[in-house]
Amino acid sequence: MTYYAFIGALEQGLAYGFLVLGVYLTFRVLDFPDLTVDGSLPLGAAVSAVAITAGVDPYLSLLLALAAGFCAGMITGILNTKLGILHLLASILTMIALYSINLRVMGRPNMTLLGKPTILEPLINAGVGMFNAAPLLFALLSVFILLFLLWLLHTAFGLAMQATGANVQMITSQGVNTDRVIILTVGLSNGLAAVSGALLCQSQGAADVNMGVGTIVAGLASVIVGETLFGCRTIGRALLAALLGSLVYRLAIALALSLKLGQFSFTPSDLNLLTALLVVAALTLPKLRQKVLRR
Amino acid sequence: MIEVNNLVKTFHRGSVNEVLALAGINLQVGRGDFITVIGSNGAGKSTLLNCLAGSYAIDSGHIGIDEQDVTRWPEHRRATLISRVFQDPLLGTCASLSIEQNLALANRRGRRHGLGKGVRRSDRELFRNQLAQLGLGLEERLKDQVGLLSGGQRQALTLLMATLIKPKILLLDEHTAALDPKTALQVLELTEKLIAEQQLTALMVTHNMRQALQLGNRLIMLHGGRVILDVREEEKAAMSVEDLLEQFYKVRGEEFVSDRMLLV
Ligand SMILES: Nc1ncnc2c1ncn2[C@@H]1O[C@H](COP(=O)(O)OP(=O)(O)OP(=O)(O)O)[C@@H](O)[C@H]1O
Ligand SMILES: [Mg+2]
Repeated sequence: MTYYAFIGALEQGLAYGFLVLGVYLTFRVLDFPDLTVDGSLPLGAAVSAVAITAGVDPYLSLLLALAAGFCAGMITGILNTKLGILHLLASILTMIALYSINLRVMGRPNMTLLGKPTILEPLINAGVGMFNAAPLLFALLSVFILLFLLWLLHTAFGLAMQATGANVQMITSQGVNTDRVIILTVGLSNGLAAVSGALLCQSQGAADVNMGVGTIVAGLASVIVGETLFGCRTIGRALLAALLGSLVYRLAIALALSLKLGQFSFTPSDLNLLTALLVVAALTLPKLRQKVLRR
Repeated sequence: MIEVNNLVKTFHRGSVNEVLALAGINLQVGRGDFITVIGSNGAGKSTLLNCLAGSYAIDSGHIGIDEQDVTRWPEHRRATLISRVFQDPLLGTCASLSIEQNLALANRRGRRHGLGKGVRRSDRELFRNQLAQLGLGLEERLKDQVGLLSGGQRQALTLLMATLIKPKILLLDEHTAALDPKTALQVLELTEKLIAEQQLTALMVTHNMRQALQLGNRLIMLHGGRVILDVREEEKAAMSVEDLLEQFYKVRGEEFVSDRMLLV
């Protein structure tokens, strides 16, 4: 793997980190399998690209992406809690709907940001090298969001959020409206996914309506890799593990792509298969190990 | 202060599995009443408590608490007035949160769970004092996950959480049934103590008739979704387990007789 491939993987890992933290919130904290992110990640990219093209400040476009993703997630939450649609199905419905919406937002299947300002500009102007600017900025943003989530999960709302995922009867008996908690948390998760989309769009210079395919599987793979390697005993540890999991996952992918076995090498189109296998392995290995140890 | 009028609850209405669980319950509970609730399996005891707490939507009837009609209130809203302890010790607490975090949630029962700090430093003092009266040494383990506690410890903690903010009504559904005899007795003594100290209004379901007679100032017996016996104070004090059993077999017998009459 070349240095540039390494930096590239780092950049991707950090950009996808927001998504992975969002996936951690839904899958692990809330116990709500949410596939909406396949649609909200490109939504964030689309909103950011359109906003920047229209002359909006790139940093402000991140907030717009966050808001758009938040709304998308809230819709999934509302479909589930208020209309009683199974969570998985509710999220698939929103995801499918977002495909159309993303096309509407951009007005075409993809959009480039060539020659437009991005959030990286201030750093590059300040003398940070082209290739280091994105990883540096994304790392800073990641630390910020990590601290934010750490704080949030220790507020009274955050405790209610954790309890909603673990014991609905208990938290309802404490007077918490779990519908509200679910709607807000799934909203936040998708807001984070949309920010990932916006960051990717700005660092790669383009938004594409298909860029969300397989997002959830990659996000889940990162969460699981993180948990396996770095543990999840406390909330802080688990959040950090999710973020690091994202980095490790992207590095592993980059490594796989740089492998050459005689005539054979992996192409980017093999990624979804590799990721699916990785998730299956990560989900089944702990159980297998238990079985073997018990013998 | 609690008015239950003509409460009817059917499960699986309109299907072959239709069950009439509550067939028109009428009940007036006064402030400070400690009512023990008995009845055979399937009499409707748990259903009554669940309907009071708002876990089940009712078919018809009215529930009023302190002059407020709460019939249409969702469960989480009723939690501002009602707290409960379940038969299953795992149900009342959150295993993945620490003892102090569970208590912090309970300390906000019925208020907003907003963006303020979950566990405040000033709360810890209160929690420690409250836990100390359980005599289980939990006051030294504020940061331990509740999942690490035994069933009895969790049930004691649930009781504490249910009374941390004084509820208008405390609902206890066979809350010692899943515990070993010694622990059950401890939790029961704690229940008595908390109810007496705070002069709580409480409904306690139990299968132990002796217990039902010993505790509280009033006893009701349910059968077939109806209140078939309601005794209080002296009348209750004068009753024996045999009297209760006799009552019990009387209704069973009548049912038997009427079934036979139908057959003829
Ligand atoms: N969730 C439910 N779905 C369908 N039927 C139910 C449900 N809960 C209770 N029932 C039925 O309603 C009737 C009353 O049940 P309930 O649980 O209130 O009895 P109980 O008095 O608490 O009995 P036990 O002493 O066994 O706990 C029973 O016939 C029961 O089968
Ligand atoms: Mg019962």
